[in-house]
Amino acid sequence: MSSSVYTPKLPRWWWLHHAGYRRYMVRELSCIPIGVFAVMLIVGCWRLEQGPESWQAFRAALATPLALVWQLIALAFAVYHSITWFALAPRTMPLRIGARRLPASWIAGAHYLAWAVLSLLVLRIVGG
Amino acid sequence: MNPSPMPVSAVGANALRTITLEVFRFRPEQDPLPSWQTYQVPCREEWVVLDALNYIKDHLDGSLSYRWSCHMAVCGSCGMMINGKPILSCKAFVRDFPDHIRVEPLGNLTVIRDLVVKQERLLANLSAVKSWLIPKTPAAADEPYRQTPVQLDQYRHLSMCINCLLCYAACPQVALNEGYLGPAALALAHRYNLDSRDGGTFERMQATASADGIWECSFVGECSEVCPKHVDPAGAIQQMKLASSLDWFARRLGLGERS
Ligand code: SF4
Ligand code: FES
Repeated sequence: MSSSVYTPKLPRWWWLHHAGYRRYMVRELSCIPIGVFAVMLIVGCWRLEQGPESWQAFRAALATPLALVWQLIALAFAVYHSITWFALAPRTMPLRIGARRLPASWIAGAHYLAWAVLSLLVLRIVGG
Repeated sequence: MNPSPMPVSAVGANALRTITLEVFRFRPEQDPLPSWQTYQVPCREEWVVLDALNYIKDHLDGSLSYRWSCHMAVCGSCGMMINGKPILSCKAFVRDFPDHIRVEPLGNLTVIRDLVVKQERLLANLSAVKSWLIPKTPAAADEPYRQTPVQLDQYRHLSMCINCLLCYAACPQVALNEGYLGPAALALAHRYNLDSRDGGTFERMQATASADGIWECSFVGECSEVCPKHVDPAGAIQQMKLASSLDWFARRLGLGERS
């Protein structure tokens, strides 16, 4: 070191050092299983377009134990990501009515409500 | 180790607990590399870590350097890493820590000496984001800029920042990108953007929405966890991202300049 100051280096595995950093990294990494699941959905649409046999084959492939475990993992990450995202929403978009701030629980609650409504809508469409 | 006899006047007679303080030392004129030094400090129940450091300075080793002033979490000068976490040492009660306490200078910043870090990065970034009032309309010479309590409430929590740099020490992006403006400077830019008297948002965006600004933030969120004044810089930065995106769309749609 030539200078008379000391500049610390971020350790290579810095995110393993604190619980907060680990939670952040899990959030960031959740994009991988969620992304792979999205690709699976797109493949599903493509197989559906090819006709009934290939759609049935796709469904059978999804029902294998390995595929089921993978879907559970993706679901767990998606739930984790959604819950932590909704928890942050009141800080990203604080709202007020007139002079009063809307309570954080209302803003987060509105997100959960929208989630539930959209999920029900999708279930209705897909479930027939 | 030098457990020197402790003057009764300095520590009083009751409820002493001996703490091992492992302190980061850096004295470039003696050693180009930092090292650790251990002190045994008899602490009173109500002491904070800063008191323990003052005891070292007064009774054990006068060569130890650190910053402090107010001893009441107001001036923002006594921030340190205590057992790995950024905290104001005048707010860190010894009774909340185990018998072995490790004290380091604030992380992610250049160390000048022992526990003293360079503050220039924050100061330069405060200038870069123009963290001052840029009046919308110049007031007449003898007129104050009026503001209602509701208008004040929009940014009041952001104005509580004491420039303590704990948020810089908590943020990995500050370490990964030397140019990153950092949590406090961006939060203070937002403080003025939200001020009803201010018209400088667009001017500030040249810095805040640059490659070293808000988009460097990946919402780790630790800055808000460690902030002693509940400024919530992470929240402020996300709000700026939202505002900056809306501004971008507004421009694309030809909805004109927004101040
Ligand atoms: S935002 Fe909070 S942690 Fe950061 S400098 Fe200001 S008071 Fe300190
Ligand atoms: S000494 Fe002023 S904030 Fe700690």
